[in-house]
Amino acid sequence: MKAIRAEFPIFDAQGSPFHYLDNAATSQLCAPAAHALHAFETTARANVKRGVHKLADAATVAFDDARATMAAFVGAASPEEVIFTSGTTMSINMAARCLTPRLREGDEILLSELEHHSDIVPWQMAAQARGARVRAIPVTSDGRLDLEALPDLVGPRTRIVAVTHLSNVSGAVSDLSVIRAAAPEAIMLVDGAQRAAHGPIDVRAIGCDLYALSSHKMFGPTGAGMLWGRMDLLESLPPFLGGGEMIREVRIDGTRYADPPHRFEAGTPPIGAVLGMAAAARWLQSRDRRVLHDHEMRLTGRILDGLATLPGIRLVGPQGLQGRAGIVAFEVEDVHAHDVCQMLDGNGVALRGGHHCAQPLMRALGLVATARASLAPYNDDDDIDALIEGVGKVIERLR
Amino acid sequence: MNDLYDDALVALAKAKDGAGRLDAPDGTASVDNPLCGDRVTIDVTLDGARVDGFAQKARGCILTQAAAGMIARHAHGLDAGDIEALRARVRDFLSSAGDGADWPEMALFEPVRTVRSRHDCVLIAFDALLEATRKARDERA
Ligand SMILES: Cc1ncc(COP(=O)(O)O)c(C=O)c1O
Repeated sequence: MKAIRAEFPIFDAQGSPFHYLDNAATSQLCAPAAHALHAFETTARANVKRGVHKLADAATVAFDDARATMAAFVGAASPEEVIFTSGTTMSINMAARCLTPRLREGDEILLSELEHHSDIVPWQMAAQARGARVRAIPVTSDGRLDLEALPDLVGPRTRIVAVTHLSNVSGAVSDLSVIRAAAPEAIMLVDGAQRAAHGPIDVRAIGCDLYALSSHKMFGPTGAGMLWGRMDLLESLPPFLGGGEMIREVRIDGTRYADPPHRFEAGTPPIGAVLGMAAAARWLQSRDRRVLHDHEMRLTGRILDGLATLPGIRLVGPQGLQGRAGIVAFEVEDVHAHDVCQMLDGNGVALRGGHHCAQPLMRALGLVATARASLAPYNDDDDIDALIEGVGKVIERLR
Repeated sequence: MNDLYDDALVALAKAKDGAGRLDAPDGTASVDNPLCGDRVTIDVTLDGARVDGFAQKARGCILTQAAAGMIARHAHGLDAGDIEALRARVRDFLSSAGDGADWPEMALFEPVRTVRSRHDCVLIAFDALLEATRKARDERA
């Protein structure tokens, strides 16, 4: 994994000790993505979809290539099913806003208690606008979706289901097939913000209708993301933002909109960031995902085992490696998560502490804040040693 | 490991001065820290316009608990105007200007200056005290 570290400029820049275990908040930028972003902005910058001069045409071609890359990355049927956005939050807001007119009073939107706030609040706004109701799949005490509750939660009024593919807190991977099967009629959106860096995505195998992700969580630049949508659904949706690039014809008395995906891409997109995201996707796909997965699981096992040797630790998530990824949240008894993180920062260990934008989950599990370590392919045994040793010191000093 | 956590600061937090609730407060306020969901609740009774009885419940980090404990030691006799001025001085202190509150514990918070994201951990206890005192005052008016 040393070779992988060499592909991430941050490690040279930061020197040591630098144990970056906050990858679920944002991952580091891989060199190919940095290069694509920089090369576009400094040597090939032009707007897309607008000009006929050489530079503009090259930018448009590169942007189209990025769309094809991202389509392949999620297993889309065609590049036109990929809408570029500024990130998962924008993607989910777009989906919620475009679906709002379909909701009727008394309709239901089914979420889960595992969701990030960005997969809750946009749906609450949609529900409020139409008198619809938001319901949530509960979680088990080990931070998984409690799918046994599904039959009671899905009914004829369930119009939309929006669930996470991978929890940014508990690290649990959702069993999407069960949810899909329980609500075959509903429009299903999957929040893939965390999944993108941790495993392959196949939207057609999942059988979902919409899928959202962020570039910065999968080793690409900040400021880009995507919403994948099934073409027949996208074709039936109204636009989100109005402006340039999303039209076929504009008259003062009315406008005809472009076909998807352009209908949903008003204005100049984050071109450099999108090219960087595609470079990151290609980088990920060029690796042996099996090897990455085994490495992640081995280190995850070391974190779980290491924490288990320490007194007063409560793991917030599955105890074993089954059905989980390398995202491990924990509580140190009588010590606040921010104190844990701050002390570990003194050891060069970067963790995240807080509610992780998942307050309903925290409430369901009777927590206020947790510390969280989250892995990426460039993490190694030294990072885990520093983490476990640091948590040990925290317990000695503060508990 | 990290000079934020001086033993004296940790001791101040663990001492939990003023911890608890008042049976019949004149004013109560809870303030949340959106970063982490922490919450400080402060109860006061007034003698005239000035704080007489005081209790604090700090569900939070060492910094939040230490700030609430420090306030417990010195809140007696302050009025809303004093508290507002104090809060402004502590905010400036955290942004590296001035000496903050004129209290011996204040120096323990000096390392917090370097960590912008933790300033609110200290300030929310002052916010809660100010709000509780104002409520108590307005209640009486
Ligand atoms: C599960 C999940 N969904 C959505 C988001 C929001 O992503 P972004 O901030 O990139 O829009 C995050 C980010 O933390 C997340 O972890």
